[in-house]
This record gives sequence, structure tokens and C-alpha cells, in this order.
Amino acid sequence: MLPDGVVIHPIDGEKRLCTEGESVYGEPHDDGYRVWDRSRSKVAAVLAQGIDTGLAANDTILYLGAASGTTVSHVADFAGPTYAVEFAPGPMRELVALAQTRPNIIPLLKNVKRPKTYAHVVESNVDCIIQDVATTKQAKAACDNAQFLSPDGNLILSLKARSEDVTADPHSVYDAARNQLREVYQIQHEASLEPDHQDHHVFIATLQS
Amino acid sequence: MSEENGSDRSWIAQAHDHSIDAEATAIQEGSAANPRDWPRDAVVSGQMDSEAEYYARLQEAALHAAQSAVTAASTANDNQLIHAIRMYDDLERTANELAERVTEWRLAVEPFSDTDARDIEALASSTPESPAETRLIAVAKQVIKLREERNKESSFIETHASAVCPNLAEMAGPLLAARLLSHAGGLEPLAKTTAGTVQVLGAEDALFAHLNGQASSPKHGIIYIHPAIQQAVESERGSAARALAGKLVIAARVDHYSGEFTPSIHSDLETRMETIHSREAAEE
Repeated sequence: MLPDGVVIHPIDGEKRLCTEGESVYGEPHDDGYRVWDRSRSKVAAVLAQGIDTGLAANDTILYLGAASGTTVSHVADFAGPTYAVEFAPGPMRELVALAQTRPNIIPLLKNVKRPKTYAHVVESNVDCIIQDVATTKQAKAACDNAQFLSPDGNLILSLKARSEDVTADPHSVYDAARNQLREVYQIQHEASLEPDHQDHHVFIATLQS
Repeated sequence: MSEENGSDRSWIAQAHDHSIDAEATAIQEGSAANPRDWPRDAVVSGQMDSEAEYYARLQEAALHAAQSAVTAASTANDNQLIHAIRMYDDLERTANELAERVTEWRLAVEPFSDTDARDIEALASSTPESPAETRLIAVAKQVIKLREERNKESSFIETHASAVCPNLAEMAGPLLAARLLSHAGGLEPLAKTTAGTVQVLGAEDALFAHLNGQASSPKHGIIYIHPAIQQAVESERGSAARALAGKLVIAARVDHYSGEFTPSIHSDLETRMETIHSREAAEE
């Protein structure tokens, strides 16, 4: 189920999820493998749970909510061109530094809620959209970005309930998101990311045929 | 590039020339309604020899664009934000004053008209039938322009506040964040002040009336408009204001001394507010 380039490797005597590459942010590494910590990265948590994401080596990726690039750096270890969209200038500074060492990361200082502002840069038919943004209207953002996804590509949406509505029950937030996603996507799988990430839920979805 | 999709042009096509600067500008400022297979287009049209060459050029231009945009954001400072919020308030006040003056004159001209005398938009697009109406319509158009400028000022504040004080902007909203900076005189003074001061910023008259022994102490100043206080019932507004002021000053300190967005302080406020709101529910 793990994409080529993502392995379970013993680090300090413990079997850990790893990608192949140089250490980027001080994570434990050994023998060319570096730890992809499931409690730091939602995508790592999804893969560690054994969920089929459809991710494969050399995929073209649109990563929404790249932040300073912790997860992006691991994805870029096995993926092909990786468009990394981040809105905040602070994390973008670190993302730029990362991209300077990784020729397949294309950093974009853009708002994921406004896909028109990067549709002239990001190509159509990407193999996978990974979304991890801590804002409101996360499901709407996923729908608005569906135009970039290939008909046989996957959306991996990590939904943060507390960003949508801090007072609401997380499950009602997931219900609302699920209904909105269904307008554009067909949900293949969903799972809670607890205990690695509190009040987070992941949806794996494809475009409606 | 096919004819029917002429409006969707790639970043390369939107650049004024083939320099890296022009291409970076096109990446940052351009747009398209829909994505296309840009790498293939670039090769087919002969702009690039191979997709590998395309991606190399794209990364170079995107790095350039991101660096310039980050640099531009880092020169944004609290001082500009203070000017911007004062400009915003001036634009709003001026637009409202003119709108009121227009309405007053209009009611004097045609006191029994069926049209809503307060509808400035409708007035601005109507045809004058008297010299007085010519004046009213001309000013109504200016009111609408001022309101447009106020909206643009608001978007300026939004983008700059998230660069200057990401935590304060997230917690207070960009406009209130800028207003707090304006009252305190900047991010550093705000970071060095106490929660009690933040709680009553903008309520100085009430505070001094209280200190002179003439009134009870004010519960809140400009933070009154924050949803955490608006949503609290009357009896709990004092505690909501105290809690919010405490967290706002922490947000300002994190912004001033570290500058990093720190999610934990926001969840702290949420937890605190949930406690206060549940206390209200228990009382009802």
C-alpha cells in the first residue's frame, strides 16, 4: 500500500515510517532514510494507518497548505513535480529555502481559496491533491481546486474540525464537509487521524465520474 | 495554445518578456480561469525544448516570485498598518458624513418622494432633473467611490496584518488587530502593555471617569466588537473581556518577540471562552 520510496525502516531500534533523503528539519535519520513522524505530519499518519491513498512514486502533486514544508519535503522525496501552495509569508521563507535544495518543489505564495490566481502555473490533471489548511471552508477549497485533479487522481483532504467551528461537535463538522465534498467528489475512504492529530479527519476521494 | 482557450494563458505567455523577473511577476500577479497541461503546451509551442527544461525554468521563476513576495511582506510593518486603519476610519467617516448630508438635502428638496432617500446607490445612477439634483448625484457618486476605497483599504489591512502580526490578526481579526496597534502606538508598545490596559483601550474617558470616582470601571474598550464578547451574555461580558484581553496581549507578545504563528494560543482562547459560555448556559 505504501508508495515506492516510502518504507518502514528501523531507526534507533524502532520501526519507523521513512522516506529516502537528506535530513531537513532535524528529524532522526539513518542509512539514507529519514523518519516521517506520524504525529507531525497528517499524510504520514494516513500512510501509517495503512490507508490506500493512491499515491505513487513520481506522481505530480498539488499540495495545498504547504506551511514550512515538513510534509512537503517527504512527499518530494518520492513524488515528481510538487506544487506547494502556502499563503503566509513566514512559513514561505522556510519553504523557499527547502525548494532551493529540491528541484521538484515549486513554491507558490497563494491563497488556496483563490485557485484562479495559480491556474496559470499549476498544470491540469495532477495525480494527487493533498490538502492540509487550517482555515474555515476547507471542503469548499477542496471543491474549488478539483479542476486541477486528473480523472483517475486522488484527493487527500485532512480536515481540521477546530478551524471550521471551535464550538461545534467535530462530527457535525465532518458531516457538513462530507456533504459538500459529494457535490464534486466521490469519497473512497475516510478515517479519524486521532490519536496522532486531535480533531482531524481524513477524506480520500476521487472526482465524480 | 488553441484558439477557444485564448483567455487561459500560461505564466510564460503572461510574462512581458523572457527575463526571469518578468516571469516571476507573471507567476505572482497573473491568473487563469482554468488550468491546462502547461508543460506539454510549452513544449508543443516550442517555448521549451522538453518538459524537464520547463520544470527547471518554472522552479527558478517560482522561487524568484516567492522570494520577492516574502521580502515585500517583510517590509510591511506596524506603522503602515496604523496609517492604513486610520485611513480606513477616515474613509468610512467621510463617506457616512457626505451620505447623511446628501440625504438631508434630498429630503428638503422632495419631502414626499416615494424613493428611499437613504439609497445613495440608486441616487448616484439616476438622471438629474434640477440643478440641486445635479449636485446631489455628483456627491452621491463620490460617496460610492469613497466606500470602494474603504473596501480596498480593508483588503490591504487584511494582507498586511497577517504578515505584521499573524497571531493577533488571527485572534482579533485584521481590522481589530490594526485598531489595537493604532491605540497602543505599535506592536512593541502593545506587546509591553498589560492585559488590563488592552481590555480598556479605547474606553479612556470611561476609565478616567471611574478613577475620579464618578463611575464604575469600564468592562471593555475597542475589543467590545470581538465575537467572543458579543456572543457572551451581559453578565459574563466582563469575564469574557478579561480573558480575551489576556490572550490578545499574549498574541501580540508572540508576534513581537517570535513572529511565528502559534496555534496553541488560539486553542487556549477557545477553551477559555467555552468555559465562560458554558457558565452562561448553566445560569440560564
